[in-house]
Amino acid sequence: MSIVMIERKVLQKNDEIARRNRALFFSHGTFAINLVSSPGSGKTSILERTLEHLKGELQVAVIEGDIQTDLDARRIASHGAPVVQIVTHGACHLEAQLVEDALSNLDLAEVRLLIIENVGNLVCPANYDLGEAVKVVVVSTTEGDDKPLKYPAMFRNSSVLLINKIDLLPYVDCDLERLRKNALSINPGLTIFETSCVSKQGVKEWCAWLRSKIFFVSRS
Amino acid sequence: MHELALAQNIIETIHQAVPPETWKDVRVVRLQVGTMAGVVPDSLQFSFTALVSGTPLEEARMEIQQIPFVVECETCGQTSTNDTGISCCGECGSGNTRIRSGTELQVVNLELEDVQEEAV
Repeated sequence: MSIVMIERKVLQKNDEIARRNRALFFSHGTFAINLVSSPGSGKTSILERTLEHLKGELQVAVIEGDIQTDLDARRIASHGAPVVQIVTHGACHLEAQLVEDALSNLDLAEVRLLIIENVGNLVCPANYDLGEAVKVVVVSTTEGDDKPLKYPAMFRNSSVLLINKIDLLPYVDCDLERLRKNALSINPGLTIFETSCVSKQGVKEWCAWLRSKIFFVSRS
Repeated sequence: MHELALAQNIIETIHQAVPPETWKDVRVVRLQVGTMAGVVPDSLQFSFTALVSGTPLEEARMEIQQIPFVVECETCGQTSTNDTGISCCGECGSGNTRIRSGTELQVVNLELEDVQEEAV
């Protein structure tokens, strides 16, 4: 028997393309976020509130990842933002290659903020770097307070947690303090915002955070 | 269920590492998978076996070494391990920690059966 040493990351090819995407974002001064959550947590609604809040102030572009349909892209386009839809036809996550392909349909020159909405799934997208500056994970109060413990990889790899549907808190069995504690036990460095896309609570604070990051990236 | 995609990546890695005429001689592919890598070893093995069936790599089996999740505390200096993915120190509870291992996902090496060289 002979041994051939390899010592190569399984996702090395993806990571190399992600590095190319990251370099492209950096060269344009674009702050890119990878928005992840389970299906139905409110990623697209948060995106819409974010677009409304930042409208006229800075250029935001969106890459929409879905298993099927361009329904989300149409929702985003109605806000006047440039949007590219990726339909994965069954694949449960976006990969760096899909984002690189989508980027050929976007002019990043004026884009200060790029939001990549991943496929709704708290498992697989955690493994795939797309070249983003940060992953932002959304969990809604209707999902319960144990989500971070059940899907630790996603919460560990994210920098920001948006606790969405905060307006429904009185009606659901979700202990907000326990949710925060669970999330911080997995990732003590998480920045947390509480949001509602109906009452718009927290949208201002979330957008202020985005603005501070965009300011930093576009000046560096 | 991204194990199928990962298995495909592993096969591509093998294809790049050794020449095509030796693919049929690959007997073992060794992996390191962290317990917090978000990968189910059984699913990965199932996917790999399904994909190599009927190909030159079909004699290859996958050996997975699981790497424990180890957290090193910057506050008390202790290391601790757990199966839950909690990053706080298991000794003092501090959140000021570094993850030492447990998120690996890599192909370590291949074992090939030596083919009898014809005497010259």
